[in-house]
Amino acid sequence: MNDRQTLGSARQTTDAAASDSTTAPAGTAASARRPLWLALGGTALVVLLALLPLLAIDIPGVLPGPTYTPGTLQLLAYAMLIAALALSYRMMFGLAGLLSFGHALFFAAGAYGLGMALDAFAPVEWPSELIFLVSIIVTLVAGLVLGATVGALALRVTGIAFAMVTLAFAQAGSVLIRRNPGGATGGDEGLALDITNVPDALVGVMNTRNLYWVALGVLVLVYLVVLWVEKSRAGHVAEATRENELRVRVLGIRPYRLQLLIFIVASVLAAVAGMGYVLLQSGATPRIATVDFTLNLLVIVVLGGVGYRWGAIVGGIVYTLLDQRLTALAGSDAIAALPDVLRIPLSEPLFILGTLFILVVLFLPGGIAGIPQRMRTGRKQHPAEAEETADA
Amino acid sequence: MSTVVLLVITGLGLGALYFLVASGLSLIYGLMGVLNLAHGSFLTISAFLGWEVGRRVSDGTWLGLAVSALVGIAVGAIVAALTEYLLIRRLYERHIEQALVTVGLSLASVALFEGIWGTDPIYTEKPDWLGQTTVILGAKIPNDRFLLIACALLVLGGIVLFLRRTRYGLIIRAGVENRSMVTALGIDVRRSFTLVFAIGGAAAGLGGVLSSVYYGYVSAHLGSTLLIFAFIVTVIGGLGSLTGAAIASVLVAVLQQFANFYLGGTGDLVVVIALAAVLLVRPRGLLGKVA
Amino acid sequence: MSAPILTVRRLSGRIAGQQVVENVSFEVPATGVTALLGRNGVGKTSTIRSILGLIDRTGEVTLDGHRIDRLPTHRIVQQGVGYVPEDREVFGSLTVGENLRLAERDDRPRRDFVAQLFPDIHDRRAQRAGTLSGGQQQMVSLARALVNENRLLLVDEPTKGLAPKIVDEVAVALAEAARTVPMLLVEQNLHVIRALADRVVVLSGGRVVFTGEAADLLDDEDRIQRYLGVHDADAAAEGSSR
Ligand SMILES: Nc1ncnc2c1ncn2[C@@H]1O[C@H](COP(=O)(O)OP(=O)(O)OP(=O)(O)O)[C@@H](O)[C@H]1O
Ligand SMILES: [Mg+2]
Repeated sequence: MNDRQTLGSARQTTDAAASDSTTAPAGTAASARRPLWLALGGTALVVLLALLPLLAIDIPGVLPGPTYTPGTLQLLAYAMLIAALALSYRMMFGLAGLLSFGHALFFAAGAYGLGMALDAFAPVEWPSELIFLVSIIVTLVAGLVLGATVGALALRVTGIAFAMVTLAFAQAGSVLIRRNPGGATGGDEGLALDITNVPDALVGVMNTRNLYWVALGVLVLVYLVVLWVEKSRAGHVAEATRENELRVRVLGIRPYRLQLLIFIVASVLAAVAGMGYVLLQSGATPRIATVDFTLNLLVIVVLGGVGYRWGAIVGGIVYTLLDQRLTALAGSDAIAALPDVLRIPLSEPLFILGTLFILVVLFLPGGIAGIPQRMRTGRKQHPAEAEETADA
Repeated sequence: MSTVVLLVITGLGLGALYFLVASGLSLIYGLMGVLNLAHGSFLTISAFLGWEVGRRVSDGTWLGLAVSALVGIAVGAIVAALTEYLLIRRLYERHIEQALVTVGLSLASVALFEGIWGTDPIYTEKPDWLGQTTVILGAKIPNDRFLLIACALLVLGGIVLFLRRTRYGLIIRAGVENRSMVTALGIDVRRSFTLVFAIGGAAAGLGGVLSSVYYGYVSAHLGSTLLIFAFIVTVIGGLGSLTGAAIASVLVAVLQQFANFYLGGTGDLVVVIALAAVLLVRPRGLLGKVA
Repeated sequence: MSAPILTVRRLSGRIAGQQVVENVSFEVPATGVTALLGRNGVGKTSTIRSILGLIDRTGEVTLDGHRIDRLPTHRIVQQGVGYVPEDREVFGSLTVGENLRLAERDDRPRRDFVAQLFPDIHDRRAQRAGTLSGGQQQMVSLARALVNENRLLLVDEPTKGLAPKIVDEVAVALAEAARTVPMLLVEQNLHVIRALADRVVVLSGGRVVFTGEAADLLDDEDRIQRYLGVHDADAAAEGSSR
């Protein structure tokens, strides 16, 4: 709380939306009780999600089938992993104001790292479980080292230059993966997961529900870590730095190390989501390392609402479902019958999502998660207004 | 020796393409602080429309190519100016949101191009001479390189003349250095924003038509690939510096060619390493203004 | 007294969400020099920049009776406001001549007047402004404002960091300009204030704490020390001219 006080002046003028509603100015009894309700609601939601594979809920048009079917579970699991990734990205962009174009690199590092580690350890004469565990640890360490290296270099510059350096590193990673050094990454074909040492419970269509639970676990884990970072001193300082770097420096705080810390944590979390991804998809494709993939993350976070933690989750899930449903729609007869002027744009999901994104940036600055706030206050919000400090 | 000559001239040709994209990016960023991720789309749409019109007029001839180039320049300028006017201007001074809008535009437009022209490259015809080679110091140089270099030099000269000789050029140069002081002299700097976008778009449009000559095809992803290198060039050259962009274009492209040839096709990686090195040693780039 | 050329009412300004000008009100008469004084960091520069709309501001500002607080900066300047910023802000990559040409708003800019006032920089038209000395840059900055007919000049610390001899030159040029146009002048050098100012406005803690005739303030050791934080006029002059 003390940290809050010293930096309080920087925070009080920022829109309450910039943090989460749980961090709204404390002091009144009503707002003191809200976190409890949110925690309870969140727990209930997680329990509900955990029970989904055992239920037969069918939402036509949104889900491809009832919730117990592998196809639907696969889609939902994928959406949750993307949500987890978006959550880690939001911590950097939304909280700390670091506009990175290279976050996909760490997701890919997790996915390819685990895949390559499992591959490399396959001939070793250890028990499968141990190999699986060691592979995960090795990947985590690799993600940590990569995040620390890239972060330490990129954070030496700020604003747009920071965006460019991260982009350059991600591009290098993407090139490296496509180049398939020593046959390790599978090049353009992608990497197929070597299941020799993957626990049986996580292999095969019949076990999709287990993978679903893993994905849910990843999402919850990432959420809790992000929450912890945001509430910590580092989170508050990073947020204050985004608002007004000069002021933080005047207080004698050097934001570099805290920003680096946040960069590293976000990178490792992205790697965790990547590991979930490679297990879920039984492989990885070079697409997940591209700049476009990061741009999609940016779209997700902004679509959901930069100012809100759960915005990233909503954005991730809405985006994945929309993408999937729009693709299905694109192939439908209804669309095929339309004249070209309508058929061509409507059969390109990314066109629709891109346009939607532009409209959100122009007319709905708080994103989806900002809608309730807007309806309450009836005024415009610009949670992403970090450019003053980002440009300095 | 002949290999070195070939690599250098090919590098210059590729550098010409980088420059056509980077010059606009750099001016736009320098004057307005806008990171324009849609710049690659300006290039792609110009390449497609230039090709569509050119081949109908006269496919594979100089006339057809000239028509393509003119159409490309016009399309690039118009699309860019519209982008500034309809999207960027509404978010005046909100740099992050401006960048976000260009992200959306780039994603949406590439998808649209794929919808219209398909995902595969479409191979294009070019005048015979451009497909032949000329021997210089024992090296067989494909002729299209000369066209690229000549066009980039013309564009560089044109922009420099514009910046040095006109009042708008004066405003733009001053604005890149200190925009708020320009307004404090009673000048509406926003009017030059549209102009800068149009100029950048025109250069990118020409770059689009020329890259279809260089690569021999048009595709929805033509712009995205070049844009990444143009970004790197812009940062190495120094954001906002036209001369810096020109020098860095050549350096990056030549370095890339040499690394590809002598270091087993590692050109892309070497370029990225060069970028990281420049940023760490000199974050504002070779000729950039002090941040 | 005739109507003031500039009135400022409840002006507040903020930079990056931080209030740097707080509810400031004062007037600038239609003739003579009004000095805006106060300790370092009190918000003098920010006040001038708020008037010009260079930073976010609220409140009411009128120029010759017309509201200008909603206008963008360039429109305000076009109404006839000449601005000489703190730290000169010449365009270093442009030549002296280009700096001046850029500043010309009027159909018939007063090139000859400026050339007479600053013969040195007139001879250096082709030189890059970034290579000029501080004093010369200040002349360019002044010339940019004086090349147009103005209804009001806003001049921010024109003698900051200059050698005594140059300070005198600048003061002479300012006095010459002040004969025809009212001026709001931020200045630390008490010699210069004594020589030029007719009236003073003193800021403290972001607010106006004193307005009145220049002599009333300058003859009062106690007030000088209280408002400006200096002991004695000569020491202050030494200090600020370095
Ligand atoms: N870009 C900025 N960001 C944050 N605070 C600023 C900025 N510029 C000025 N300030 C603050 O605004 C306050 C007023 O500054 P201002 O420059 O207006 O004072 P001043 O009276 O002109 O000082 P000086 O006599 O040193 O020129 C100061 O406390 C300063 O720290
Ligand atoms: Mg000042």
